[in-house]
Amino acid sequence: MNRFSWFDATSIKEAFEQVTATVSEHIQPKGPKDAAVFKTGGVDLLDLVKEGLANPSRIVNIRNIPGLDEKSFDKKSGLRLGANVTLAEMAEDPVIRENYLALHLAVNHAATPQLRNMSTLGGNLAQRTRCWYFRSLDHECFRKGTGTCFAQDGENEFHAIMRNEDCASVHASSVATALMAFNATVEITNSKGEQKTVTMEEFFIHPSDDSRYECILKSDELITAVIVPPVSSGTKSAYIKQGARESYDWAIADVAVVAEMSGSTCKKVEIVLGAAAPIPFKSMEAIGQLKGKTINDTTAGNAARAAMEKATPLTKNGYKVDVFNAIIKRAILQLV
Amino acid sequence: MASKKIKLPYGIPGHNLTEIEREVPVDEPPAWPVNDELKVVGKRVRRTDARDKVTGVAKYTADIQLPGMLYGKMLRSPYPHARINSIDVSGAESYPGVLAVHVFKRLVGMAESQESADSRGDYPEIRFSGQPIAGVAAINNDVAEEAIKLIEVDYQVLPFVVDIEEAMKPESPNVYATNVDQEETGGGGGSDSGLKTQGNIRGPSTMSFYGGPRGDVEKGFGESDVIVEGTYRTQVHTHSCMETHGVVIDWKPQGVTIYTSTQATRGVRDEFCALFDMPKSRVRVICEFMGGGFGSKHSLGNYGAMAAHLSKKSGRPVSLMLDRKEEHIMGGNRPNSIQLLKIGAKRDGKIVSLKQRSHGTAGVGLGAGVGRIAQVMYESPNFMTEQFDVFTHTAPGAAWRAPGNVQGALALESAMDELAEELNIDPVKLRDINDKSEIRKVERMKGAEIIGWKNRKAAGSDAGPVKKGMGMAQSHWPRFVDVNSTVEVRAFRDGSIEVRSGVQDIGTGTKTVLAQVVAEELGLQPENISVRIGDTLFPDGAASGGSIATGAITPPARNAAYSLKLKLFDQVAAALEAESSELMVADGEIRSTKNPEKKIAFRDALKRMRTEQLTTSASRSDDYGGFRMAPWLAYGTLGSVQYAQVTVDTETGFVKVDKIVAVHSCGRPLNISQVESQINGGVIQGMAYALYEDRVMDNETGHQVNKGLDNYKVPFAFEIPEIQPVIVEDYAGRTSTDAYGIGEPANIATAVAIANAVYNAIGVRIKELPITPSRVLEALKNA
Repeated sequence: MNRFSWFDATSIKEAFEQVTATVSEHIQPKGPKDAAVFKTGGVDLLDLVKEGLANPSRIVNIRNIPGLDEKSFDKKSGLRLGANVTLAEMAEDPVIRENYLALHLAVNHAATPQLRNMSTLGGNLAQRTRCWYFRSLDHECFRKGTGTCFAQDGENEFHAIMRNEDCASVHASSVATALMAFNATVEITNSKGEQKTVTMEEFFIHPSDDSRYECILKSDELITAVIVPPVSSGTKSAYIKQGARESYDWAIADVAVVAEMSGSTCKKVEIVLGAAAPIPFKSMEAIGQLKGKTINDTTAGNAARAAMEKATPLTKNGYKVDVFNAIIKRAILQLV
Repeated sequence: MASKKIKLPYGIPGHNLTEIEREVPVDEPPAWPVNDELKVVGKRVRRTDARDKVTGVAKYTADIQLPGMLYGKMLRSPYPHARINSIDVSGAESYPGVLAVHVFKRLVGMAESQESADSRGDYPEIRFSGQPIAGVAAINNDVAEEAIKLIEVDYQVLPFVVDIEEAMKPESPNVYATNVDQEETGGGGGSDSGLKTQGNIRGPSTMSFYGGPRGDVEKGFGESDVIVEGTYRTQVHTHSCMETHGVVIDWKPQGVTIYTSTQATRGVRDEFCALFDMPKSRVRVICEFMGGGFGSKHSLGNYGAMAAHLSKKSGRPVSLMLDRKEEHIMGGNRPNSIQLLKIGAKRDGKIVSLKQRSHGTAGVGLGAGVGRIAQVMYESPNFMTEQFDVFTHTAPGAAWRAPGNVQGALALESAMDELAEELNIDPVKLRDINDKSEIRKVERMKGAEIIGWKNRKAAGSDAGPVKKGMGMAQSHWPRFVDVNSTVEVRAFRDGSIEVRSGVQDIGTGTKTVLAQVVAEELGLQPENISVRIGDTLFPDGAASGGSIATGAITPPARNAAYSLKLKLFDQVAAALEAESSELMVADGEIRSTKNPEKKIAFRDALKRMRTEQLTTSASRSDDYGGFRMAPWLAYGTLGSVQYAQVTVDTETGFVKVDKIVAVHSCGRPLNISQVESQINGGVIQGMAYALYEDRVMDNETGHQVNKGLDNYKVPFAFEIPEIQPVIVEDYAGRTSTDAYGIGEPANIATAVAIANAVYNAIGVRIKELPITPSRVLEALKNA
């Protein structure tokens, strides 16, 4: 691990005065070598540093900035989670468990209790992919900004089965899968103190649009909160994750379904797939199939098949299509 | 030497227990009765070092801190195949904080060719990605890491092959230009010498210590009513020891001290002395605690050689621990296999012919055979095997908990399951017909009872997408012996007793069983005995490999204690007004067998010793009644039978192991808790092999892509099934303890028992490990 200096920021303003690059800018082969970067939980950054992908000269700790770890909820405006709220806090939050079941489940299936203690929500959304080619210094891959996608014909057992034409990595956050299904938005604050709010769809960047970044954050921007809209009393949600291991693993496939139900009829629905594509993937096909239908074995199966219709599996990950088919259907059926 | 006749327990309690008379040397102790009649042996005794381990008091190699110690790091090749034109280390040498730099001229632990590129150039040819090239020693790890980056290497990059099937093609780049050999190691690496290499394929090896081919296999198939035949594949499995490989080497003019995580203190010393031309009297190897070896820590290793060079150059102690990624690259692996197995049988189930042909890659090393299990477990009059090593540009394999046999068992026991199905004979019954081993017969019965084998349903008959299945498999492991195993027992006037040997505790509880054996012999409790092992300053002990250690080291421990006891009797007899021959020990006392009034506390007896301390020592005796092959192979088997229950989700392809019943024997079990622990560990690793772990190499770049425990799928807590270990006592009357190891046997049958259970669940046989969702779904689609 390289030597670096440490700065403990006490305000957002102070933090912006120090930071010179985002981690994603810094780790590009042609990115700034001498960089000061943000650190919240530090979970992903430490991994990147240990791998040798990141060698920041200065680490700006934003973990202790007052106010960023607050959360609030009311039935009308929904849930507001500060960027520094930890996954552990979310995992145990009764409001989340009662109102946003899919999010509760996604958080509880993420990482380990120890890692959830360290991981912050903001850091979780801004983390980089776990693709083993991206994570290896031995492979100058497309996702790092230059080179090719080794996964296309290589070892792609855990890789993307949708929208994988240029880069087959999958986004690592399964919390994002659930947040997108609840139509959460991300509040971003810039160095001038200006704030904007973007949808999850706007927040993530597909590698075909820009291979160097996984989200829209610039070096003068910081996630300050995630806002989850309120849910109606008829809203039900489900989340299923399948990893290679049950104990602690990245998703091979995960799905979040959030629906406004009237009896067993689905009035409105969101279906989001994780580990299917390089970004959390909202399946308009599945949503189209299910919306307005009575949920039963047939309609759930049809929605799952519709979600997988456009799948383009690679040489070794065809099985993920079957896994998604099974868990999407099962998640939908859990609503009734 | 004079001899005497003693009667020892013989057979299986509750089944066929009897006594056997053996002629033994006159100084052997009397026979122990069966465990039921002993005080501390055969009981659940807590590990003597349990508290030290869980409180962090125990010092492992990485915890060793010496004054002035430096930290070593190695530069590793970024290419799988290359020649090195030149190396410039000046940048590293002048980097502040660096005290020594060394460039390898020779590597250990891989196949060697007489006329290889190594002899043509200054530097060893690079034959796998991550191969160590040079190293630095610096004031801390960070400086060492930075300095490594400053070493400039001019590589001539060459074509490579990392996939076994690609490597077998004639047009594939060759790993070695000529025939190569690698000495067989205690841990099971290496192969028969002198076999021919064609392209990357070396062999066949057709012999084992059990002999060569039997009868005529083709004639046997002609006489068979039913023939099953299949190709089975297993993956490369890395050891993933919790404690990575590493050393601290302190090279001083008067001698060299090596702290290392090893399963063979003696082996490390011997390899070091050979490599550095050093007398054994000047080298000391210490391993007080270690965090797992599984066959991969028998030797000094290249990391050890590097640390030694750096310590010699700098005149300072050097610590060099592999990090987790290096551990994955270089820490050893179980070679993969592609096995063809063909079994012919009569309608009544009797096997007539068995033919095996295998290929496997131990990377740039040798030792990818699939073991002897197919040769010895069943009585087939006709048998032949052809086992080939295939070279690839990957890191050398190492012995891995029952080398070869775990791979071999997958094919043999899957084929037996298939044969049973074809013949419509119960798989347990089919073993009864063909397996002459009495112990396995008993184990099969016990296991079948516990798992509820009679409730096993027809293959694939469960309704619904989630199906349950039950399967079984069994194994054989030889009773290896190492007579080069010596123990000293010392008594002090203050009442303390010390046991000393160079043997190390790989983590299985060797210290505790030594304390138990000596305590039993002296009529004391294990906590009265201090055990100091893992140091070559003490007499040599066996390696903890091949399941040898317990059978090798506990008889001399008992014999040394016995001889100490007799000496003590001589010294206290007069004071008790008794003959020393009438004295005995029990419950912390020395007593007369004739007059129980005549007694003295053991502690008080020690106070009367002529000298402050009394030391006796004993080496491993020859087996009573001789060896199967002197002096290293005993009669008998360490047979085991395991039953598995699984759940298969046929929609997602995921397999979950629900329960394993593991029925094992290890002669006289010494410590029930520790034997059970080892069975649990063996089952867990077997399950990991069956379903999860697989080293993934990228064919385009030649690198392992799943280095580290994140992407390399070692199972964690939720994956572990209910494990029910069952221990069957099996007395053979061959030594003064009649005890044997359990390490390897515990690991052999699990994976294939699971594979057979998966077949029973879904009705389709999966012949390739690991049984991933992808393979399950594909098998179901092709069915």
